[in-house]
Amino acid sequence: MTHRLKPNGRRVVPLLIFALLALVPAATAIGADAFVLSLVTRIMIFGLAAMALDLLLGYGAMISFGHAAYVGIGAYSVGILSSSGIDDVFVQIAVAFAASGLFALVTGAISLRTKGAYFIMITLAFGQMLFFLASSLAAFGGDDGMTLPSRSLVFGAPILKNTVVLYYAAFICLLGFYALCRAIVASRFGRVLRGIRENLVRMEAIGFAPYPYKLAAYVIAGMIASVAGVLLANQAEFVSPAYAGWQRSAELIFMVVLGGVGSLHGAIIGAALFVLLAEYLSRLTEYWPMIFGPLLILVVIFARGGIAGLLKAWR
Amino acid sequence: MTVPLLSVENLCKAYGALRVTDRVTLTVAAGELRAIIGPNGAGKTTLIHQLSGLAAPDSGQVMFDGRDVTALSMPQRARLGLVRSFQITAILPRLSALDNVALAVQARSGSSFRFFRDVSQDAAINTEALALLARFRLDARAASAAGTLSYGEKRQLELAVALATRPKLLLLDEPLAGTSHDEARLVIAALQSLKRDVAIILIEHDMDAVFALADRVSVLVYGAIIASGTPAEIRADPAVRAAYLGEEA
Ligand SMILES: Nc1ncnc2c1ncn2[C@@H]1O[C@H](COP(=O)(O)OP(=O)(O)OP(=O)(O)O)[C@@H](O)[C@H]1O
Ligand SMILES: [Mg+2]
Repeated sequence: MTHRLKPNGRRVVPLLIFALLALVPAATAIGADAFVLSLVTRIMIFGLAAMALDLLLGYGAMISFGHAAYVGIGAYSVGILSSSGIDDVFVQIAVAFAASGLFALVTGAISLRTKGAYFIMITLAFGQMLFFLASSLAAFGGDDGMTLPSRSLVFGAPILKNTVVLYYAAFICLLGFYALCRAIVASRFGRVLRGIRENLVRMEAIGFAPYPYKLAAYVIAGMIASVAGVLLANQAEFVSPAYAGWQRSAELIFMVVLGGVGSLHGAIIGAALFVLLAEYLSRLTEYWPMIFGPLLILVVIFARGGIAGLLKAWR
Repeated sequence: MTVPLLSVENLCKAYGALRVTDRVTLTVAAGELRAIIGPNGAGKTTLIHQLSGLAAPDSGQVMFDGRDVTALSMPQRARLGLVRSFQITAILPRLSALDNVALAVQARSGSSFRFFRDVSQDAAINTEALALLARFRLDARAASAAGTLSYGEKRQLELAVALATRPKLLLLDEPLAGTSHDEARLVIAALQSLKRDVAIILIEHDMDAVFALADRVSVLVYGAIIASGTPAEIRADPAVRAAYLGEEA
């Protein structure tokens, strides 16, 4: 008989990832280094941003080189609001959604008129525009960035100060948006998006005008990444223009490629590998990018589907 | 006379100095099967591109189903029922054969701005898509990634996709090219059963198929239509024999 298109690996690997993530605080409770907790929180935050990027890259064939801008918007939503006394995390997220959604709508509407290398360049340009805007906000630290007066409040309570609570807040966001993205890619909308990725002219020939679908995906991916920014600001208790810079955008692409394009959970694996390797290689030598670069090239050459692709092949 | 389904008026297109479409005027009635034949490079595919909206003509007009569609995009024309296939197979390789057809059903059944429900569980769409796959004996391949189908199967799949849009006029660019004898028979049978319900413009080099299927035949040479008529008239036309059929004899 015909083989199934969705092997169970699609379900098992994400399940393992989230089970593992759920248990990390337990490990630190029984003696593992507390530093691990903040490290894995970072992994989940970048995993969230990379997963949002994978929605564009892996499902819509849109190579955005400015996705860190949305992380920056989320972080500055927290920074700017909390410095004017608005500490409620839900208000901050609502503002982050509105700002990132609007920025994605306007810049996406323009960028998506271009194709291929032009799209990459124009998303990069818009990202850098935001970076320089953040750098010029003298009232909010300019290029030095700004330290937050405090972490966000949840229903008026300062519970995010607790690293375990912050950890689970990041965990719930990652899990929730993973479930959302899974649903989206399997929906009517998601199938159109996947179709456009495969063959745009074919989709036009059956009556789909691709532009509105791409734009909607672009806005959704931007809004999800802004939540990563809200979390990042809270974890670091600091916001900086660097969050939105092109290096960060490139890192997000690295993560997605490393983990496996077009699988969603691959982006989380990629973020984990990236953050861990950067952390430990940088302890070994200051020249760690010289090891890191070739490593990435090897993955791209020998493991086309990234780590998620390898896991699928082994099953 | 009733209004024709398609009427093309003085269509012209040039690539640089090369005239690929030269004052083409053509009408196709509802339910008619019109074959367009002509030597390689005559401009048949380019004509289909202009009828379907993939390429813009330099001048001239395309009327479809009572309206001027000359300025409409390919998706807009497709939604009106003017649907094409491609000479160079165009499928969605990493989606299943079923998804390929289901997307075409989806395109005309409600909004695709729905983000949450799993579309693979949509029974109405799946039933219709599966029936079309079965018509081309591809039902056993429904779950296979379309890219893994054989060349002939991909051609069949493209036809199933085109039919799934429920077209009023199908523009078929060499649907038999590269198919096996058996596959070709399936396609010819399918076209035969579509006749009268769906108007078809068929571009084809297989003369037996053309003369068996077509109500009327138009001959395109150097971008211009040099003759139109019933298969019998075309076969007897000396200019056609000289320009085209002669090569095959
Ligand atoms: N985009 C293009 N730019 C320049 N020339 C083109 C382009 N597309 C087609 N041509 C030329 O226009 C002419 C007609 O091409 P077309 O593909 O329409 O022919 P055809 O009748 O479909 O031929 P075949 O039977 O080989 O499919 C050819 O000489 C071709 O080289
Ligand atoms: Mg051709």
